[in-house]
Amino acid sequence: MLKILKYSFYDLMRSRWSYVYFAFYLLLGVVLLFLNNDLSKAVITLMNVIIVLVPLIGTIFGVMYYYNSKEFTELLLAQPLKRSSIFLGQYLGVAISLSMSLILGLGIPFVFYGLFMSNAIWDFSLLLITGTFLTFIFTALAFNIALSNENRIKGFGYAILLWLFLAIIYDGVFLMSLIIFSDYPLDKLSLVGTMLNPIDLSRTLILLKLDISALLGYTGAVFKQFFGTNLGLIVSFVALTLWVVLPVLRITSKAKKKDF
Amino acid sequence: MIEIKDLYKKFGKNEVLSGLNLEIGEGGIFAVLGPNGSGKTTLIKSILGMVIPNKGTITVLGENIKSGSDYRHKIDYLPQIANFPNNLKVKELITMIKDLRGNVDLDEELITLFKLEPFLDKKLGNLSGGTKQKVNLVLTFMFDSPLVILDEPTSGLDPISLLRLKKLIQAEKAKGKTILITSHIMSFVEEISDEIVFLLEGKIYFKGTITELKDKTNQPDFEHAIASILTDNHA
Repeated sequence: MLKILKYSFYDLMRSRWSYVYFAFYLLLGVVLLFLNNDLSKAVITLMNVIIVLVPLIGTIFGVMYYYNSKEFTELLLAQPLKRSSIFLGQYLGVAISLSMSLILGLGIPFVFYGLFMSNAIWDFSLLLITGTFLTFIFTALAFNIALSNENRIKGFGYAILLWLFLAIIYDGVFLMSLIIFSDYPLDKLSLVGTMLNPIDLSRTLILLKLDISALLGYTGAVFKQFFGTNLGLIVSFVALTLWVVLPVLRITSKAKKKDF
Repeated sequence: MIEIKDLYKKFGKNEVLSGLNLEIGEGGIFAVLGPNGSGKTTLIKSILGMVIPNKGTITVLGENIKSGSDYRHKIDYLPQIANFPNNLKVKELITMIKDLRGNVDLDEELITLFKLEPFLDKKLGNLSGGTKQKVNLVLTFMFDSPLVILDEPTSGLDPISLLRLKKLIQAEKAKGKTILITSHIMSFVEEISDEIVFLLEGKIYFKGTITELKDKTNQPDFEHAIASILTDNHA
């Protein structure tokens, strides 16, 4: 598996898109710091961008990489290699190279700005950790979609729909349900609802870390009570880890049964 | 060498292999023939474990292929369509496959045989179809495995390379290898194969030498013998 991972990683590192992605974050980091002149504020703006963009890039890249390397995968399948190691290697190659672009692209400008001497370092680290989690989650989901759909157009369609659903539609439905059932106690429901969507979960985690939960009113207080504690943090990270592990398990089981 | 029992495979509603039984002995060149869609590639891919059969067992060199991927160390496979990662150089691809599968030094010999030296530093995306097929052949033959499976090995090759390929296949046979070939070029099959396996509607219709086939169909030459099978069965 490590060899496949190595080759997928090198392959991606040499492709133009990794550089574009890296350069984008570099530029974003520099511009934000230049405009805000404040690390904490830059982190908040960055969060809004990352929470939407990272899943999108992860999904698109994952689906694209799978379809583009299809012929090569077939070449590998005829070699004495386990199917699970071929697909896990490719998945990790994509996820790690995307995470590298994110971490280096954002990290470099912030480090030069004096991140290590500021107290925003924890907020910033949390941002990068959730960003990495989101990359791993959405690349795994993308591989699932691509493995289940032979037709590229369909695969891309489903991938975009998935992103749209989790990034935008889910919030809308969630909010509507909160309004409709506003006569009932909803704090538990909204906690669970947040846990079930990795994008919402990441957003909430960062917002609460940034201590602007006062803006969220009563719900914010409930959330703060839960996510602010160590237990909340652990539960959140367990939820994010599950979001990685479950799709990855499905990749291996799906890959075992597939015809090429 | 290969033992296939009661093999079934369906793609959706389309039954490609329906209860195929086949036994291939050790040594010799076997040609797998059949009309388009008769299941040749599916059969080969099942042996390689790329297609998972619905029913039936396949044993390669006494090892059930379901028990792991190690049996593929004993198989060299040439895929029908040579598609490689386009931004990789020929040399890098060869090194990489060697890295994945174990080191060999036959590749140099094969590169000289197919005159590939000028292309070693070129990217695979910029190669012509025939050159890609030559790279494909190098990747296949460099591991010197006892079982060689070639899916349409002649596609895109120029006459000289074709001649070299025929010589190479004969040399491999002389080493005692078992070689499985599919091809639509009848003259190539007639020239090279010891035995033919004819697939029709997902089953083995005929297995034996070319002379036996001619006798069975009462036709003077190989091409007409094949044609008569097809017209008799309205395929």
